[in-house]
Amino acid sequence: MDALVMFLYDIPLLGLLFQFGGYVISILPTTGPIFLFAAAPIALGSLCGLMNERSGIVNIGIEGMMLTSAFVSAYAASLMVASGATVGGDAPFGASTPLIVGVLAAMIAGMLVSSLHAWLTITIRTDQIISGTIINITALGLTSYLNQILSKASPPNAGTFQPFIVPADIVELPVIGWFINAILNQRPITLSIIVLVIAMQILLFRSRWGLRTRAVGEHPKAAETVGIDVIRLRYRNVILGGIFAGLAGASLALESAGSFQNNMTVGRGFIALAALIFGRWTPLGAFGAAILFTASEALERSIRFVPPPGQLGEIMIGIPLQVYGALPYLITIVVLAGFVGRSTAPAAVGQPYERERRH
Amino acid sequence: MTGSEHVAAPALEMRGITKRYPGVLANDRIDLDVRPGEIHGLLGENGAGKSTLMNILYGLAVPDEGAVLLDGQEVQIDSPADAIRRGISMVHQHFMLVPVLSVADNILLGEETMANAIFLDRTEAHRRIDELAQRFGFEIDPEAPVGSLSVGSQQRVEILKALYREARILVLDEPTAVLTPQETKEIFAVLRRLAQEGHSIVFISHKLYEVLEIADRITVIRRGRVVGTTTPAETDEEQLAEMMVGREVQLTVDRGESSPGEAVLKVDNLVVRNERGRETVHRVSFEVRAGEILGVAGVAGNGQDELVGAITGLRRVASGTVTLGGSDVTGHSPRAMHEAGLAHVPGDRHRFGMVMSFPLTDNLVLTDYYRAPFARGPVRDEAAVAEAAIGLIERFDVRTPSPFAAGSTLSGGNQQKLVVAREFSGDVRLLVLDQPTRGLDVGSIEFIHRQALAKRDGGTAILLVSAELDEVLELSDRIAVMYRGEIVAVVDGRTAVKEDIGLLMATGGRDRDGSPATGPGPASTTGSVA
Repeated sequence: MDALVMFLYDIPLLGLLFQFGGYVISILPTTGPIFLFAAAPIALGSLCGLMNERSGIVNIGIEGMMLTSAFVSAYAASLMVASGATVGGDAPFGASTPLIVGVLAAMIAGMLVSSLHAWLTITIRTDQIISGTIINITALGLTSYLNQILSKASPPNAGTFQPFIVPADIVELPVIGWFINAILNQRPITLSIIVLVIAMQILLFRSRWGLRTRAVGEHPKAAETVGIDVIRLRYRNVILGGIFAGLAGASLALESAGSFQNNMTVGRGFIALAALIFGRWTPLGAFGAAILFTASEALERSIRFVPPPGQLGEIMIGIPLQVYGALPYLITIVVLAGFVGRSTAPAAVGQPYERERRH
Repeated sequence: MTGSEHVAAPALEMRGITKRYPGVLANDRIDLDVRPGEIHGLLGENGAGKSTLMNILYGLAVPDEGAVLLDGQEVQIDSPADAIRRGISMVHQHFMLVPVLSVADNILLGEETMANAIFLDRTEAHRRIDELAQRFGFEIDPEAPVGSLSVGSQQRVEILKALYREARILVLDEPTAVLTPQETKEIFAVLRRLAQEGHSIVFISHKLYEVLEIADRITVIRRGRVVGTTTPAETDEEQLAEMMVGREVQLTVDRGESSPGEAVLKVDNLVVRNERGRETVHRVSFEVRAGEILGVAGVAGNGQDELVGAITGLRRVASGTVTLGGSDVTGHSPRAMHEAGLAHVPGDRHRFGMVMSFPLTDNLVLTDYYRAPFARGPVRDEAAVAEAAIGLIERFDVRTPSPFAAGSTLSGGNQQKLVVAREFSGDVRLLVLDQPTRGLDVGSIEFIHRQALAKRDGGTAILLVSAELDEVLELSDRIAVMYRGEIVAVVDGRTAVKEDIGLLMATGGRDRDGSPATGPGPASTTGSVA
């Protein structure tokens, strides 16, 4: 067996591919959980986009919604700590009061920013791209500015949620053990993405809400003629979609970083949009795309900590780590440029709806 | 009301409906009554007030005066949802169907059969749809995406939608505008069946002979007023047309003899692909001679759009040649084509025929703005543009308050006259008319047909593409039938029989010799839904 592996690894060039395969298999047990952890904010952002776009509203403001929510969640948690709430404790996931308040605040912040987007695009009928751009620019400027002021006072830190620890017996199960670990060894918001994606997939295609949402995104006038209130449905979807952006922001601030940093979303909101398109406007597709986009991030981390041995290792270490960091963005560009032609957006997306006025 | 002869109360009565919009009296004390089991034809030109009246019935507009009664009870209809609840359904001229959703989902939408508070019960819904479809003899697959169906089938989905909602009053707005003669016959059979079962049907149309054929009674509206209510036995096409327009109308313009000269347009083995790269015109060859009208008949979506696009330079030619006046113009730009003597009245006037936000003056020089006399070098000559525009507006009777008004302020008929004015003027060797009278009323149709024949008699070669078979039959010296991207027959326009052409349009003539029609289904029909 070992001899065979050595033989395959030694084939010129092609051997590198085998080495890479071997490396990926060897790191999966340790990096597995990172895939989902990194993909969760993006997948959540995609669900926010899905709620918007399936009902006919373009949302390029996911980035700004996530950033605002991250800011609000970090400072809400901080404020709770400052006002004397206990940190730590032995609640599951290390879910202290400040952290829970932080998540709730993020969801509310997401909905508030979404309400602005809904009002601008649905009632005022602003160009939907402009509305999203306004949200992105304002969110970046305002959060950075406020952060600069607020961080001077060195606000107390609420820490982060803790991952669920999968019992060792299960992790060590042959073949599937590492996979179960990869999914379950997560912090709570990340863990929720599995449930949310499946629930959204089922709701979108099997529920009354899903049917009406898809109809409104494709042909709002047809929906209106059978008595569906297009305006109300769009408002509801866009505002509720903000909850997902809020969770994405909270995940970044309270699961990953433990505090707010300027521009901490670094384009994840846009990658979420790309994942949505790549995933053909379905929750499962977008989730798969998010995993693909973040696989490179997991790779970067493992190369940093456990570089592969031998020839492959020399090459991979030779490549600057930043290149791996840039991979998700490169994949996004390729996806948006190449694959999207085959993926069709909801027909009415981006078109403001004007109800036939009753006189 | 006293003096009424009805035994039972009418299923629907609209009494003294008046509706004012700023500057317009859209409905002026309109009375309309529809009896149970009756098919009631509603005739009127565009802008006569039919749509306003139906919008009031469907809860989309509130009348200033008057009342709506259902089964003798006065009702207040607040919204389409309310109208549906009261048993009123409307089949719109542009189908209100979502192409990507299945037949069943389209029917369910808004009136969902639920398994519980959240989830749909599609099994039960399919069962009900199958049951309804069987009762009315429809063959329809509830799982098929609506966008993959023919226009005729889509219309059946619309009717099923109404029946699923247990509609008792069915309003059909121009239901036959997009159908082949065979499909029209089928839909008439369905409507008669519905009427027998006690449904009341309001049938809106501008095709006089169809209303005469299907309606039990006919109400004619002109300028917001009821001109009269009559029955098919008491009237004829000429009288109805006169009631509609308010003056005598020549329904069929006398086309006279044609004297074709040499070939102006030659199309040889032309292959064109659509946006998705599918070949939708397969090796088509034909010619149009000076002083003749070649009509292309066919169900929408059989390659006509691509053919016209290739001939006018708007679409890339995959292979084959287009020759205009003896020189090869294959792949030339639309401007080069125009300069070689081609004029084009496009099928979608709002997208390709005019710029809605531009004034009439600019719209009238869209093809020639860059050259003398409308420009000197890079500088426009506004005075010359205005002068030419005013002349054309007068000559083609475009009704507008000012030559500087935006194109969007004109009515549909006048917008088309605007396009016709621009394209028909000047020295035109080849005129391509794509659906030249779509959505226009009889008065405007008469005008445009006369202009086209005058152009033909002046020696212009005319290629007429129309989904309106009657129009093709009326104007063409020769008729080419297009089916699935091929010209399956060319027949003499004077001796052509409508039913034969209709059959060719629907089948390509292939089931006559026993070989089944093969190949991909009729090209995308979603265009008619958009």
